[in-house]
Amino acid sequence: MIQVKNLVKSFGSNIVLNGIDLSVAEKEVVVIIGASGSGKSTLLRCVNFLEMFDQGEIRLIGKTVIPTTTNLNKVREEVGMVFQQFNLFPHMNVLENVMEAPLHVKKMDKVQAKEKAMVLLKKVGLNDKALAYPKNLSGGQKQRVAIARALAMEPRIMLFDEPTSALDPELVGEVLQVMKQLAQEGMTMVVVTHEMGFAREVADRVVFMGDGKILEEAPPNEFFINPQNNKAKQFLNSIL
Amino acid sequence: MLIIVQIFLDTYDIFISAALLTLRLTITSLIIGSLIGLVVAFFRISTNKWIYKLATIYIELIRGTPLIVQIAILYFGIASVVTFSQFWAGALALAIHNGAYIAEIFRGSIQSIDKGQMEAARSLGMTYPLAMRRIILPQAFKFSIPPLGNQFIIGLKDSSLVAYVGMADLWGTGLSEAASNYRQLDTYMVVGIYYLALVLLFSYLLRKLERRLDIDSKEIS
Repeated sequence: MIQVKNLVKSFGSNIVLNGIDLSVAEKEVVVIIGASGSGKSTLLRCVNFLEMFDQGEIRLIGKTVIPTTTNLNKVREEVGMVFQQFNLFPHMNVLENVMEAPLHVKKMDKVQAKEKAMVLLKKVGLNDKALAYPKNLSGGQKQRVAIARALAMEPRIMLFDEPTSALDPELVGEVLQVMKQLAQEGMTMVVVTHEMGFAREVADRVVFMGDGKILEEAPPNEFFINPQNNKAKQFLNSIL
Repeated sequence: MLIIVQIFLDTYDIFISAALLTLRLTITSLIIGSLIGLVVAFFRISTNKWIYKLATIYIELIRGTPLIVQIAILYFGIASVVTFSQFWAGALALAIHNGAYIAEIFRGSIQSIDKGQMEAARSLGMTYPLAMRRIILPQAFKFSIPPLGNQFIIGLKDSSLVAYVGMADLWGTGLSEAASNYRQLDTYMVVGIYYLALVLLFSYLLRKLERRLDIDSKEIS
């Protein structure tokens, strides 16, 4: 579903991604971990073309995406993204947030969009909050709405950029639960996170990044029990 | 004090029509000015450097010269090539003037919206114009209301300068009244009261609008 080849990206003189190769198969759940500044969020943002890269190639769903000629809006319809800061639309209620893109991007009719939105809100356990505004929701609820909003476009790939990092500890579980369910349903997912429990339990593969490179890639039980890379060992020691 | 009341009673008919002219002039110029402001605000956040420069030159020219000079140039200069009615010459001069300030108000409020909003919208497949229209502008518009209201009140008072190209607005009428009744101080105080009344009306409407927009964003949990 995703093939990243030799991706290079720098901000000024600071090289953030220094030759990344990564592929993600259909229905695979890949968790990217690493210290802050290792480039993991930037990599995710490049996959959605929110960030433009300097060199390399990205193929999504079998097609090479060339930012200057490919219609990126169409690409993004297939790739949902969930942000650390939720980024819900504050001037719309929960239902309107979820209906917005189907209505105005897919031109779905209102009745159908509403029906679909309610199904998704039920799925994330927030159908009773449909008419609430984002500012009246807890962080965990906001993030679940954000997941429902992304799913409303029926993406084939979901990207999660530290989805629980801005949450109070007691609210992390409800968001991870929704993500876990999504993984079980066979969604192709790339998740940048610090939640090692989630990585261990849900990931098919753990990718460890450092200094703009992928330093180690392994199934979670191998990676957590017997990491090969020295930096990965240090990282795991410091957090576990 | 009695004399002011006397002048008020003697002149209310002409001053009320003058006040209506001031109001018409102000509202026309602020509507056109807001449209200019919106377009120029987009120019100012454009990534095209020529469009950006063009908008910047406009804003610097307008902010860098007195309104009275701008009115005179439009009235005596441009109006000698293209014919405007006196009203439209005045209204356009005020619109072009206010447009520069309104553009900066809109630009500021658009740029104050967290960039995560645009990213979230784009990540859902929205095009830039759609994201602007559906996500950014509704939020930015709300932030722009208080400074915009302030600019509208300034615009109302600044419209008095069209008197110097011979328009019979509030201030123009005040000047000619005072010249015929020789009671300058009292007449100007009467004029001041009319302006104050109009400004208070504007403030009242703006407060109502602000309150309404605030209610929309909250409630129902």
